[in-house]
Amino acid sequence: MSAAVSLRKVGKTFARGEVTALQEIDLDVQPGEFISLIGPSGCGKSTLLRIVGDLIQPSSGEVVVNGKSADQARRDGDYGIVFQEAVLYDWRTVARNIALPLEMAGWDRPKRDARVKEMVELVELTGFEKRHPWELSGGMQQRVAIARALSFSPALLLMDEPFGALDEMTRERLNGELLRIWADTGCTVLFVTHSIAEAVFLSTRVVVMSPRPGRITEIIPIDLPQPRTYETREEARFFELVTQLREALHGGSEREPSLRAARAK
Amino acid sequence: MSAIATPVAGERLLGRTMRGARSWLPAVGVLLLGLGLWEGLVAALNVQRFLLPPPSDIARTFWDERDALWSAGWYTFKEALGGFVIGCSAGIAVALVLARWRGLSSAIMPYAIAANAVPIIAFAPITNQWFGVLNPLSKMMIAAVLCFFPVLVNALRGLTSVHPSSIELMRSYAAGEVEIFRRVRIPNSLPFLFSALKVASVLAMIGAVVGEYFGGTQEALGVQIRNSAALFAFETAWAAILVASILGISFYLAIALLERLTMGWHPSARAAE
Amino acid sequence: MLLAVLAVLWGLWEGFKWLGEETALRIGTFTVTDLTMPHLHEIVGQLFEPSRTNGPLLIEVLWDSALFTAKEAAVGFVLGATIGFAIGVVLHHSRLLQRGLLPYIVASQTIPILAIAPMVVVWTGSRGTPAWFSVAIIAAYLTFFPVTINTLRGLDSADPRALELMRSYAASKWAVLWKLKVPASLPYLFAAFKISATASVVGAIVGELPSSIQDGLGGAILNFNQYYLSSPPSLWATNLVAATLGISFFAIVAIAERFVVRRAPEHVA
Repeated sequence: MSAAVSLRKVGKTFARGEVTALQEIDLDVQPGEFISLIGPSGCGKSTLLRIVGDLIQPSSGEVVVNGKSADQARRDGDYGIVFQEAVLYDWRTVARNIALPLEMAGWDRPKRDARVKEMVELVELTGFEKRHPWELSGGMQQRVAIARALSFSPALLLMDEPFGALDEMTRERLNGELLRIWADTGCTVLFVTHSIAEAVFLSTRVVVMSPRPGRITEIIPIDLPQPRTYETREEARFFELVTQLREALHGGSEREPSLRAARAK
Repeated sequence: MSAIATPVAGERLLGRTMRGARSWLPAVGVLLLGLGLWEGLVAALNVQRFLLPPPSDIARTFWDERDALWSAGWYTFKEALGGFVIGCSAGIAVALVLARWRGLSSAIMPYAIAANAVPIIAFAPITNQWFGVLNPLSKMMIAAVLCFFPVLVNALRGLTSVHPSSIELMRSYAAGEVEIFRRVRIPNSLPFLFSALKVASVLAMIGAVVGEYFGGTQEALGVQIRNSAALFAFETAWAAILVASILGISFYLAIALLERLTMGWHPSARAAE
Repeated sequence: MLLAVLAVLWGLWEGFKWLGEETALRIGTFTVTDLTMPHLHEIVGQLFEPSRTNGPLLIEVLWDSALFTAKEAAVGFVLGATIGFAIGVVLHHSRLLQRGLLPYIVASQTIPILAIAPMVVVWTGSRGTPAWFSVAIIAAYLTFFPVTINTLRGLDSADPRALELMRSYAASKWAVLWKLKVPASLPYLFAAFKISATASVVGAIVGELPSSIQDGLGGAILNFNQYYLSSPPSLWATNLVAATLGISFFAIVAIAERFVVRRAPEHVA
């Protein structure tokens, strides 16, 4: 199951119009895509993610998620969300944390237990069902958060720098696992990140944003073949795309002195 | 230019007062509503006056006997204050010792917490026997013991719940124990301490009044309450209760003011309420 | 460990007593005599003496009194904790009520319950409820306040990100309350319960005093206070029993906390 997301002239201002977080955002996401939002601090990428999830109301423009308004999509449980902090409940075990949205949706015990088991296997945390969050490492906590977000098979997955607090190695490993999960479930993913390599590795398209006011400056299609593995990170095409993305972020090599010097050579 | 500026400043002041009013207006509203209801219900339900007098009677008695009531209140307040000073100083002193020599503290803390669970009030007759029923010291000691434990437990927690990194930083500056206490532990403990002092202020007042119940001089508030209740002069009893309450609240507010002055910078000073 | 502490306390008591008698210590009108500070073994021994000629042993009498007071305190605790929690939940959801009522709830605790106790007893007594229940109400009065304050603080303590997550599930206010806010507030609640456990015992003892109830520890204290000169250890023994009652209530709550509140262990430097 996957959803399309469509944004038309979406804008958001804060502090009674003084701060323009987003301006005239136009974006079309096809079902099954993996879209990364990347940009420097203040470009509005997290705000945009939250607008899609109806956690913030846009000041202007239209948002259509899975053929409905963002508000309706939220009420129907069409998306799951993962934050940078796992936000697990300390008083629940791993299994009960994953079951939380299912409880809220009124699933009965046997159905819940079966689905939790599936999810635990999906994120490869078998054996840890009865543990409490503080007994797990940061990476494992995030895997629980991902399992929870996917437990009700949403069409859309929203992720706000989910791996930002983890070390590089864990991050790369979880990138690979996320792609596997994405291939298995077929959902659409909207992924906010600060990391250029991560954006290139994970996405079908990368949306580059810039601040003051927040807007989309460029959309880069990533044509690396699937499935992507550790080897993909060492291919020449990968580096080309990383460079392309870096230059797009810096607004063209003319602005960056070190890039200019490299070019001159 | 100034002709335009002044109205704007006036508007701003009005705006701020209006916004501030939103926070205390409901409380005032409830007070007026409550008093009105009380007065009305007593009359309507014909509640026996000796059980629950209407606010108007209490107010009248309060005014008529204000001299006697306030001097009694002041007498009791001095007991509460004395006990507060003794108890809090002792609590702080012991907390400093236990924080310095941590081995002692882990041994003693569970027992201090358990001792906090002892109904201190049961010891009022004993302090009366020890220090003499008519001696204010007997009531001060009750108030002091009531204050001692909350202050000890909270001060100790404040002195010890310091982020390990802060201690490491001080050590990197070759700071000795005394320095660490002065610069890190004591400032860190102030929010905890004030929170305990506020609780202690109310406890001290209550301790003094309840202590007097077991016996005390005629000038004491608690004795007055007991005597007027025994004589069914409930207006006087309620008026005396009102005095005790006002003194307790004032004591609390005085501590809160002191807290605001010394710790205005701390975010929890505002959030703690 | 407990034995060691008890031994130290016993040593301190007897040591102070010996020192005080030797040096004729005076603090105000306080001097150390067998009257003011009976030997600890006399106090404990008194428990096994008859409370009056040909009567039951003191310890039996005190045990019955303690149970009586315990009943009042327990009922008062449950009543006060439930009401306190309910008030806390209501005030959490309504800023207006909070601003209107909280000052009076705080102020209510400055009223010495001792003073209102007789009136409460008379009111409820006139409706035919047994006297011990009036004392339970007084105990509840002392119990509800810490629970209300900590319920408010606890319900506010939920992680804002967790609240966002609940919004993403389109959760109702009821679901957010019971699935997130209440479990998050449990540590605060139990901190309040520990204070309330003690307060309920204090309330029960103090409530008995003006109500002329003979059956509880309050009555026993007044009684032995009157006859202090003839048998000082009896009053001390009564106080010992009262202290034990208070500590037991506290301990029960502390043990319950161990089982109910599962959280990451705290780090203290």
